[in-house]
This record gives sequence, C-alpha cells and structure tokens, in this order.
Amino acid sequence: MSAVLEVTNIKKSFGGITAVDGVSFDVREGEILGLIGPNGCGKSTLFNCILGQLTPSGGEVKLDGKVVTGLRPSELNKLGVSRTFQLLQVFPKLSVRENLILAGQEHQGNMASRLVGRSDAGLTEAANQMIGFFKLDHLAAEPAGGLSYGQQKLLDAAMAFMGGPRLVLLDEPAGGVNPTMLSDLKERLVAINREKNATFVVIEHNMEFVMSLCSRVMVMAEGKVLAMGKPDEVRKNPAVIEAYLGH
Amino acid sequence: MSGLAKPLKIALGLIVIAGLIVIPMNFNRYGLFILSQWTVMTIAAMGLNLTLGYAGQVSLAQGAFVGIGAYAAAIMTTHGWPLPAAILVAIVLSFGVGWVLGYPALRVQHHYLAFVTLAFSTLAFLVFRNESWLTGGIYGISNIPRPHVFGIATNKPLPFYYVCLGLLAIVSIAVWWLIRSPWGRAFMALRENPLRAQSLGIDTRRYTLMAFAIGSALGGVAGALYAPLTQYIDPVPFNLSLSLDLLMMVIVGGAGFYFGPFLGAMIAVLLPEWLRFTEGYYLMLYAIAVMGLLIWSPSGILGILDRYMAARRTKAASALRAVAKSRLETAQ
Repeated sequence: MSAVLEVTNIKKSFGGITAVDGVSFDVREGEILGLIGPNGCGKSTLFNCILGQLTPSGGEVKLDGKVVTGLRPSELNKLGVSRTFQLLQVFPKLSVRENLILAGQEHQGNMASRLVGRSDAGLTEAANQMIGFFKLDHLAAEPAGGLSYGQQKLLDAAMAFMGGPRLVLLDEPAGGVNPTMLSDLKERLVAINREKNATFVVIEHNMEFVMSLCSRVMVMAEGKVLAMGKPDEVRKNPAVIEAYLGH
Repeated sequence: MSGLAKPLKIALGLIVIAGLIVIPMNFNRYGLFILSQWTVMTIAAMGLNLTLGYAGQVSLAQGAFVGIGAYAAAIMTTHGWPLPAAILVAIVLSFGVGWVLGYPALRVQHHYLAFVTLAFSTLAFLVFRNESWLTGGIYGISNIPRPHVFGIATNKPLPFYYVCLGLLAIVSIAVWWLIRSPWGRAFMALRENPLRAQSLGIDTRRYTLMAFAIGSALGGVAGALYAPLTQYIDPVPFNLSLSLDLLMMVIVGGAGFYFGPFLGAMIAVLLPEWLRFTEGYYLMLYAIAVMGLLIWSPSGILGILDRYMAARRTKAASALRAVAKSRLETAQ
C-alpha cells in the first residue's frame, strides 16, 4: 500500500510555545489512522498545519508524493483533502440540503459555469443521496441551525464527503454524539472507507470508537509522536498508559 | 417572504410591477423625479447589499462608485457618446476599481475594512473636486443629455422614469440570478464562516474580490443613471454622506434580504418627503424612527417579517408533532 499522505518533521510554534515538535508519519491508502493524545498535545494544530490553515514553522507535507506544504485550504480541498471540525461548523441558516450542495459545488465546473449554470450546480441528487446515507432524510429542508448537536455533527461529516475526497481528516467526530448516533456514524465511515477506498485520519478521545474503527493508532504527547502501531500494541505500550490512557 | 404561497407571491409581484408602471402616469414632475431617484438608489443599495448583506464585507465607499459611474456617464454623454456605451464603461470602471478595493478585505475585516473604504471614499471625492480638467471641479458638469430609446426622446420626466425602471428591472433579475447561483451560496458562506468555506474548496479570496467588484459595478450603474436624471452633477452628492445613506438603506431594509434595498431606498427617499409637513422637524423624526427601528430589529424591516414567518413555521411544525404524538398514543 502506497502512502497518500507523508508528513515529515512538521513543527509549529506560537511565540515561545512549541505546539507541534517535529512530527513525522505517513498515512497509507485506504487505511483509517487514529490520532490520540491528551488535550493540548498538538493534534488539532497538526491537522491545521497539514490542511494549510496554519503555516508550519518547519517540515514538509506530501500528498501522493507531491509537496503541498503552504497550499491554501481551498486548493488542498480541490486536490481531494477534506476535513471535519472539532467545534460545529455547519451553515446554520442554510437548509441541510443547501449545506451539502455548498459543500460540493466548488468541485463542479468552473467559476463561469457556477455563475450561469444551474443554481444547485447539478448536485441536488448527490445531496439527497448523502442525506439518505447519513439518515437525515426527515431533516433535508430544515435550517441546519435547528438540528440537534449530534445531527449537526453528522451533517458536518456528510459535508466533508460531498466533494468525493480521497483523504478526510476528522477532528473529534464522536464528541457529544449519543451512543446510537455514534454507532451510525461509525457504520457510515466504515462503509465510505470500504466502498470509496477513502483514507481517514481521526482525532478522537473516545477509546472504544478509535480502537474499533482504526487500523493503526498514533499517540501524541507534548507535540511529539509517542507511539504508533496497531490498536492492541498501542493500548499495551507503557509510555502511552503513563501519558494518556492511565492505569 | 418564504412563508407565502407561490401563486400569491407571483400575484403580489405582478400587482407591484403594474403599479410602478401605471400609477406614475398621473404624477407631476417632482413626483416622477423622486420615484426615479428611488430606482437609482435601489440599484446602488442592491450592490452594497451584495457586498455587505450577502458576502459580509463592510464598505463605506458605495457612494464613491455612484460618483465614478455618474462622472463616467456625464463625461461620455456630453461628448456625444450614447448612454448604453457610458453605462458599459461605468460598469467596467467601477468593477475594476471595486476589485482593487477588495484586496484590503483579504487582510482586514469589519471596522478596519470600514476605515479603508472610508479613506477610498474621501480619495474619490477629492479626485471629483480637484481634477477639474476631467470633472469640471466644483462647477461640475451641466447639460447632461438624456438618451433616445428606440427613437423616443426621454427628455420628459415620465419616459426617463421608464428608462430607470427598465434598468432597475434588468439589475433586479441579474441580482436574483446571482444570489440563487452557487456564487450567491459561496458569498453567504464567506459571510457566515470563511474558515469552513475554505475547507470546502471555496476560494474565499476570489469570491471576496468578486463581491466587492460586482457590488461596486452596480454602484456604477446607479451613477450612470443619476447623471442623466439630474442632468447636472458636481462632487457634493458623492461625498461620504451618500455612502452612509446607502449603508442605512441596506441596514434599515434588511441586509442580506433580496428586497431589503427596495424597501430601504423607499424609506430613505420617500419618508423625508412624506414628513415634510412637519417642516423643521422632519429630519429629527426620521432619525428617531431609524434609531427606534434598529433597536427593535437590528436585522431591519425584513428581519421583522422573517422572524414572524419563522415563528409561524415553528408553530405549524409543533402542531404537526403534537398531532403525530396524539395519534401514536391512540394507536397504543
């Protein structure tokens, strides 16, 4: 399996604080990589550096072997890299369907066709499929702001998949989602992973979720990689138990 | 507006359009001038509504773009060019300048951006006043001709009002199309959450510049109509107070609502006329009315309507849920 994403020696400092301190890892095509670690260990900062929302102080990010460090988030998204957010980031005034159309529209045609072409960019059908896939049918026409927290999380994830991405970085998708909805979400993620051969990196604190979903797990502590391996190996690693999992 | 049934909306629209065509036939010169002014201000405010209301970029320079359009039209038509050519030049010129003015918005936002655009507004005013070789300086440009449309002279107020109304119709359709297109959705995304927009592949830089350029271009269109309407222009009407007036029209009508500028311009242009009987007090009453409105509804007049419709929808939805629940209980 070839690497979709190669991260080499990424560093990010804010003033005197080094949030990410020389992190290197790769993500293989079609895998689900878990990323765990205590709060403030640099997971989200690492995501933001990979996705171009922050400029790393040093290091390199490669997508399919090509250097993409310093590209803007919108450019990376066009290359097939998508993300979800830790905090809710849906467009509350737009309906669920409109949110999904918005999430896919920049992947259709060009600026001119988006101006003179159809107002839904030809995406209503695709949006409806995604709505069905995430079991949001009864809410399709509702403004996204009126949905429950868990439903908005599902919508946020669905939006990340509208452009048909190859690589999706999910930042705490399970946070605040009730158990029934969580098993739905997991089932959906596994299905997309298998059917579309999409690759995921998942930040999550819910250990059960991570251990059952991911093929490999990377543990971060104080801005560095503490361990990397299969879920079972990581779970037994004394350093990980010490820093994060507890006894 | 979304709460009304579609046939009712269409009927209402047709009545308003018919009214705008038929009723002014009985108006005197002054009435027609005021109504023509309303169409011009509506076009300019629609432009600002795109930039500010939809895309969320504050601008205190819309009046300057009306000035750019007005001077372009005045200079060209007094040199024998037809008005359509002048309108085209006004659009291109204000689109280009608006695009450049958009660049600061890529770095600064909100009140910082307001100050940048305010500085531009002052700069434009100084150019209108001081570059007399081009603009006639404080003496302005007079004898601006009105166009012939399909061979008909529009020197009289009524035919020229129809020219204004026709252009308002074209602009309205174009803006309606724009805000319903993926561009309109991208503008809203820019306003609501630029970070999320970027991560969905939306090139926020390009859309920000476009929002500025298109909004400014509509200011230019309004100016290109203003010049033949008044047939005389000088720098004074295009100073900062016009930008502030236009900002007020957008906010009072309802920023980010399609019909906001129509309503806001109506209030700004007509209300002072209606309050004239109060003589010296009309400006005070006007100011108090505006303050009262904005305290009551910061999202403008259409914001009130929107809240009312939303409340009605919620009520209807809860009623449906209650019915469903009682049926469920009966079934058990």
